[in-house]
Amino acid sequence: MLEKAIRGSQTYWGWLIFLLLVIGVGAGNFIYQFFEGLKITGMGRDVSWGLYIAQFTYLVGVAASGVMVVLPYYIHNYKAFGRITILGEFMAIAAVTMCILFLWVDLGQPMRVINVMLYPQPNSIIFWDMVVLTGYLILNVLIGWNVLSAERKGIHYPKWVTPLIYLSIPWAFSIHTVTAFLYQGLPGRHFWLTAIMAARFLSSAFCSGPALLLIICFLVRRFTRFDPGKEQMRTLASIVTYAMILNVFFFLLELFTAFYSQIPGHMVHFQFLFSGLEGHGRLVPWMWAAAVFAVLALILLINPSTRRKEDTMIVGCAAVVIATWIDKGMGLVIGGFTPNVFERVTDYWPTVPEVLITLGVWATGFFILTVLFKIASSVKEEVAGY
Amino acid sequence: MGMDRREFLRIAGYSALLGLGGKAAFELLAPGQIDAAVESVPLTVGKKWGMAVDMTKMDEQIMDKVIEVCHRIHNVPKVANPKQEIKWIWKETYEHTFPGQHHEYAAEKYHGRNFLLLCNHCTNPPCCRVCPTAATWKREEDGVVMMDQHRCIGCRFCMAACPFGARSFNYGDPRKAPADLNPNFPPDMTYPTRVRGVVEKCNLCAERLAKGQIPACVEEANKIKEGALTFGDLADPESQVRTVLREHYSIQRKPELGTGPNVYYII
Amino acid sequence: MYDGWKIIVGIVIGVLVLLYPFWPSAGKWDAKTPVPELTAKAKEAKECVEPKSYMRPQHMKLLDEWRREAVRDANRIYKSSAGKIYDKSLQNTCMECHSNKSKFCDQCHNYTGIAPFCWDCHIQPKETT
Repeated sequence: MLEKAIRGSQTYWGWLIFLLLVIGVGAGNFIYQFFEGLKITGMGRDVSWGLYIAQFTYLVGVAASGVMVVLPYYIHNYKAFGRITILGEFMAIAAVTMCILFLWVDLGQPMRVINVMLYPQPNSIIFWDMVVLTGYLILNVLIGWNVLSAERKGIHYPKWVTPLIYLSIPWAFSIHTVTAFLYQGLPGRHFWLTAIMAARFLSSAFCSGPALLLIICFLVRRFTRFDPGKEQMRTLASIVTYAMILNVFFFLLELFTAFYSQIPGHMVHFQFLFSGLEGHGRLVPWMWAAAVFAVLALILLINPSTRRKEDTMIVGCAAVVIATWIDKGMGLVIGGFTPNVFERVTDYWPTVPEVLITLGVWATGFFILTVLFKIASSVKEEVAGY
Repeated sequence: MGMDRREFLRIAGYSALLGLGGKAAFELLAPGQIDAAVESVPLTVGKKWGMAVDMTKMDEQIMDKVIEVCHRIHNVPKVANPKQEIKWIWKETYEHTFPGQHHEYAAEKYHGRNFLLLCNHCTNPPCCRVCPTAATWKREEDGVVMMDQHRCIGCRFCMAACPFGARSFNYGDPRKAPADLNPNFPPDMTYPTRVRGVVEKCNLCAERLAKGQIPACVEEANKIKEGALTFGDLADPESQVRTVLREHYSIQRKPELGTGPNVYYII
Repeated sequence: MYDGWKIIVGIVIGVLVLLYPFWPSAGKWDAKTPVPELTAKAKEAKECVEPKSYMRPQHMKLLDEWRREAVRDANRIYKSSAGKIYDKSLQNTCMECHSNKSKFCDQCHNYTGIAPFCWDCHIQPKETT
């Protein structure tokens, strides 16, 4: 099926070449970072995790969201989703690859990464993150590839794939729960030390991932002859809506606990993010923009007429992606470290090389996504007789 | 002296016996003693090392001296970017050392006053729990929270987990730190530097403990004022450090988190 | 043949890439066998921590064991097969005698193309010449 990836339109190749350029710039900057050290980033002693880990956190959510397509089809027999489970699985592959890459570029000694496997530490959540992410990647590659191959040949996929599919469903929940555990078990970080972190992560994953998938489905319909289907997209939009409602609700719950209790340790991180502290307020406009986009998303998606009309549906989904990305990909990590354990505020902002490496990794993910979706849509076109 | 006479004699005895200043081979022990000595240094096993910082005796001069000596003998660099500073032992004001415990009508003698901070070598350290490679771990023999820079992958999870901000990361190559800030680097030729991309922190002078010497900060502080820092075995009720804690009121940093810090502040 | 030029160019590039391990030594094939020099102190000591027959092939294994035992097992004392006691330290034991790193260690290491990364952290002795 790989041969489907090397035949494509000018647009397809133009897009891949553009992505390769971005990857190249990112790789060059990574080599610079490899030799100079992470000092070229904006991270420091106080804010010791930054853009890279924030992107990893966001993308684990996107990866987990594949289950939102797989679960209704396999557990609830929602036949319509049979058309697009492969898209969810392929998006998961691209997302997990980006997660692994973001973790790797964030390491101080990337060449020692194999130590995580050589000296396993079950007490460490990073160990379990390595286990679940690797497992999820392997699962999705095996399932996706075999199901698509079978579809192409017009036969049922081999029987051994079925238990793997059922395994991938709780596994998807586990990858994002484990990632939340990275944060919610740290005794000194009160912004993260809350049981609802895992629930927030899952709800945010299940709106941002399917929203991204929906946007990509529109692109698939626009650029290929495969139509994911009107009913499928409508159901996906409903899933995004419910998940976004939960996501915003959980956030409001956190706000209540912090501000009704009036405990400074709980309030201060929200104050830093939404109104600034001691003159440091670079994130404030971003966080309020996220709030505006979240409200816009809810209005467009809850209201049935705007949710069903495709152009407003897309705007709603884009608003979900933007709002969740700012919340998780910017606010969460930086907000957790600021103020620091001494209640001092240290500024963090990514540097240019840091942003370029980040874009390089995103481009790698989109490259893999493009190639896989090209294969999937070409196979479906072939089966449909185009 | 920062510890009692009996402990001092024991340590001095072993120092003489093992006198290993890193020199080449020499015959020093009878066959039976050699085998005994090849085990972990006896005075370390079974201890629960702890420290008492006596703020009634501590002053800026002692703190500065102690920081200077520690950072010198461990080749801790001064890096160009203050946000990426590396420090094993440092000063922080009362309000920021004990966030949540201070109040606006604090006693004048502590209002804005500097305290001496270092790794607490906690009894239940979250940093060791989160390390994916056991590059940091709590030594069973004596409770020192150790760093293995051979194994550290630089993920900085331990830095996120430490509630006391005791850990620093080498964002760049320490040997490339500005020469004007680090004249004649590395200052101590008997101790290594680190490489870029690994975490470091106070190691309770494990290399000195192995030779029967007390941590350098304690030794230096006691040269200036006896009792400013007391080091010893918290598991021994008769040790100097336990005595000092029994006789004076002391506090810990963030006790409510349950990490069990083994550095106490007498105020 | 069809696409002849593409195939030939591809083969040439492929062979060059396969020969990658030999690139660094290109042009240096007449290098002499290394002769590590001992310092006066090393000659006086007559024997290293272990005999030369062991040290030459196994010093890297010994150092690896030393670093694990010294740091992780808190066991810094080494008792050699001859019964002598040493401090398990590259900087303070090995380099005490072999302080002429460029004339000793580097001789064989450079010849065999090895660059041990110990020296990223461990400090090389200052050489006078």
